[in-house]
Amino acid sequence: MFDHFDALMLARIQFAFTVSFHFIFPALTIGLASFLAVLEGLWLWTDRSVYLDLFKFWRKIFAVAFAMGVVSGIVMSYQFGTNWSVFSDKAGPVIGPLMAYEVLTAFFLEAGFLGVMLFGMEKVGKKLHFTATCLVALGTFISAFWILSANSWMHTPTGFEMGENGQFLPGPSWWAIIFNPSFPYRLTHTITAAYLTTALTVGAVGAWRLLKNSSSVHARTMFSMAMWMVAIAAPVQIVLGDLHGLNTLEHQPAKVMAMEGHYQSYPDGAPLILFGIPNEAEKRIDYAIQIPKASSLILKHDRNAPMAGLDTIDPDKQPPVTLVFFAFRIMVGLGMAMLGLGLLSLYARFCSRLYDMPLLLRFALVMGPSGYVAVLAGWITTEVGRQPYTIYGLLTTADSVAPLAAPAVAASLIAFIVVYFFVFGAGTLYLFKLMAADPAGVPVHEPGPIRTAGLATPLTPAHPSMTSE
Amino acid sequence: MTLAIDLTIVWAFIIAFAVFAYVVLDGFDLGIGILFPAFKVGDSRDQAMNSIAPVWDGNETWLVLGGGGLLAAFPLAYAIILPALYPPIIAMLLGLVFRGVAFEFRWRDPGHRAFWDFAFTAGSATAAFAQGIALGALLQGVKVADRAYAGGWLDWLTPFSVLTGASVVVGYALLGSTWLIWKTEGEAQAVARRFAWILFPAILVAIVFVSLATLYLHPSYVSRWFDMPNVLATAPVPVLTAALSWAFWRAIREGAEASPFFLTLGVFLLTFIGLGISMFPYVIPGSITIWDAATAPRSQAFMLVGAALTVPLILAYTIWSYWVFRGKVGSHGYH
Repeated sequence: MFDHFDALMLARIQFAFTVSFHFIFPALTIGLASFLAVLEGLWLWTDRSVYLDLFKFWRKIFAVAFAMGVVSGIVMSYQFGTNWSVFSDKAGPVIGPLMAYEVLTAFFLEAGFLGVMLFGMEKVGKKLHFTATCLVALGTFISAFWILSANSWMHTPTGFEMGENGQFLPGPSWWAIIFNPSFPYRLTHTITAAYLTTALTVGAVGAWRLLKNSSSVHARTMFSMAMWMVAIAAPVQIVLGDLHGLNTLEHQPAKVMAMEGHYQSYPDGAPLILFGIPNEAEKRIDYAIQIPKASSLILKHDRNAPMAGLDTIDPDKQPPVTLVFFAFRIMVGLGMAMLGLGLLSLYARFCSRLYDMPLLLRFALVMGPSGYVAVLAGWITTEVGRQPYTIYGLLTTADSVAPLAAPAVAASLIAFIVVYFFVFGAGTLYLFKLMAADPAGVPVHEPGPIRTAGLATPLTPAHPSMTSE
Repeated sequence: MTLAIDLTIVWAFIIAFAVFAYVVLDGFDLGIGILFPAFKVGDSRDQAMNSIAPVWDGNETWLVLGGGGLLAAFPLAYAIILPALYPPIIAMLLGLVFRGVAFEFRWRDPGHRAFWDFAFTAGSATAAFAQGIALGALLQGVKVADRAYAGGWLDWLTPFSVLTGASVVVGYALLGSTWLIWKTEGEAQAVARRFAWILFPAILVAIVFVSLATLYLHPSYVSRWFDMPNVLATAPVPVLTAALSWAFWRAIREGAEASPFFLTLGVFLLTFIGLGISMFPYVIPGSITIWDAATAPRSQAFMLVGAALTVPLILAYTIWSYWVFRGKVGSHGYH
C-alpha cells in the first residue's frame, strides 16, 4: 500500500516536472512563429532590411527553442503510456484520436516546413519561403488546438459513453468531444498567453538593447512591435481569464474555491481574498487581506450572492489549496503588471518617449521572464486545481497510474531532473547569448547548422553563406 | 452487416507503416550519430551533420505518430507495452533529447562543440540500442494480467533483447553510412564507404542470428514460417534478402552513390515484413491480438478520415522538402 502511494507520487512529480519544462518552449515558439511570419511578411511588403535582419535574428532563437520543445514534447507523448497506462487504456478511444490529429495536422506540418524555413531561403524563392514560415506558424497553432482540446476534455468530459470494459468510448458526435465546454476558454486564454510571453520576451530584448543604444533602429522596431502587442493582449487576456474563471466556476467549483481560498461557505456574499497564507490544518486563510463581498461580485455579479466553500466538498475530493491559491495569485499579479507595462508604453508612445524612457525600458526588461512564470502558474492553478481527478469527476489520478515499481519511477525521475536541468540549462544559456547579440550587426562569418554553397573554400565551420540564410 | 474492410487491420497497417517510416528515416539520422566520431572534426563532421539538419525533425515525427497512433488505435497495447519496456523507453527518450539538441547546440557553443558532438553520438547510440531492446523484449513476449502489464521492471533484459539491441545499432549505422555515401563527397564519403563495406556483412550476420533466435523463442514462430501453405509466402523473404545483398555488394564495389542507400532500405523492408509475418495478428506476441487491443469503431473511423486526408499530403510535402535539399550537401550549384 505504502509502496503504491510512493510510485503514484513519484509518477505525479515526474509528469509535473517534465510537462512544466516542456510548456516553457511552446509558450515561446507559438508566439515567435507568428512574429517571424509577420516580420518576413513586412520585409516582403516594405523591402526594408531591418525586418529581414530581425527575422534572421529571431529565427536563430526560434530554432534553439523549437528543438528543445520537440525533444521535451516527445517525452510527453510517451509518458501517457509509460506512467499513466491505466488512464491511456481507459481514455485512449477518446483522447487518442485528438492526439493523433495533432501529429497528423500539426507536427508533420511544422517539421516538414521547418527545414525550409531555417535553411532554405536561397533555395526556394521568397514567396515559397514565406509560405513555409506561415505554415510553421499555422502548425504551432493547430498543435495547441488539439492538445488543449484533449486537455480540456479531461477537465470537462462530454460526448462520451462508458464501455463494458471500463473504457471511455466516443459518442455519436466528435464535435461534442472536441468542443467540450471548457475548450474555447482554455484555447483562447492559452494562445493569448503564448503571444504575451513572446511579446514580453521580444520587448525585454529590445529594451536591453535600447538601454545600451537608444538609436538602434532594430531595437526600436522590435520594442515598438512588442509593446503594441503587450498593450493590446494584456487587457484582452484579463477579460479572457475572467471568462475562463466563470467557466471553471460552472464546471469545477471546487477548483475556484481553492483559488479563492474559500474554505468556508459564505451565505451572504463572499470576500475577495487578495493575499494570505492558507492554513490547511485549521481550514482557514491566515493573515488574510480581503475585500468583503467582492468575490461574489466578480464571480456572481451580485455582492450578496451566496457562495459555497470547500466545507461542502467531500475531503477526499478536494484539491490541495495552498499550491492553487498561491499559483493563482502569482498569475493574476503578473497579469496586472503586464497591463501596467502596456499602459505605460501607450503613455510613453503618446509622449513620443517610447525609446528613451528609462523607467519603461527597465520595467520591460524586468518583465521579460514574467510570461513564462505566469504560464506555469496558470498551468499549476488549473492542473493541481482539478485534483484528485485526471478525468474530472470520473477517473481519479490514483486509479490512472501505471503498475510500475517505485524504484523504476524514482530512477527515471532522477534521470529526467539531471538531464533536463543540464540540457535545458545549457539551452537557456545559448538563448540568452543569442538574445544579447546585436540584431543589426550579425557577423558575416558565423557558423550555423546550415547548408553551404560550394567547396571552393574548404568547408570550415565559418562559411560565408551560413548567415545569409 | 459485415464491413467490407476490417478497420482494425487497416489501422494495424497504418501503425506498421508509421513505425517502418520512423525506423528507416530516423534510422539514418541515428546511424550518422553513431558513426559521428569516425569523421574528422571540421569539414567531414559538418557535412554529415548538415546532410540531415533540415530533415531530422520531420523524421522523428514518425516516432510520435507511431506512439500517438498506438495510443489512439490500440490503446490497450500502448498501455501494456510502455510500462513493460519502461527503462529502455525512458533511456530512448533521454537519448533523443541529447541527440536533438546537439543539432543546434554544437553551432551555438564552439567552445564546447566536442562535448555536444559526443552527446550527439551517445544520444543516438542510446536511442538506437534502446529501440532494439524494445523490439526484442516485445518479440519474446510480456506478462499480461487483467488489462495491464504484470511483470517486473527488468523482465525486458535478456540475451535476446541485447542481441536485437546491438543489431539495430548495426542496422542504423549501415543506413547512416549509405546515406552519407549518397549525400557527401571527399573524405567524408570515403569514410562512409569504408563503413558500409564492413557494416553490410555485419547486418546480414545479425539478421541471421536474430531470425534463428526468434524461432527458438516460441514454437508458434516456427510453424508460422515453415508450415504449408505459409512457407510459400515466407520463402521469398530470405531469397529476396539474398538477392538484395548481392546487388548491394556489386553497387558498393562499382562505386555507386545512391543505390546502396536504397538497397539497404530494401533489406530493412524485408526484415520488417518478416517481423510482421512472425507477429501478425498479435500486437503483443502470445497474449494480445490487434482485435483485443483495438479502439472503438467510431475512433477508428474518425481517425481514418484524418489519415486519408493528411497522410498523402504529409508524404507529398516531405518528399518536396527532401527535393529542396537534394544533391550533395556541399557541392557547387546547390543554391
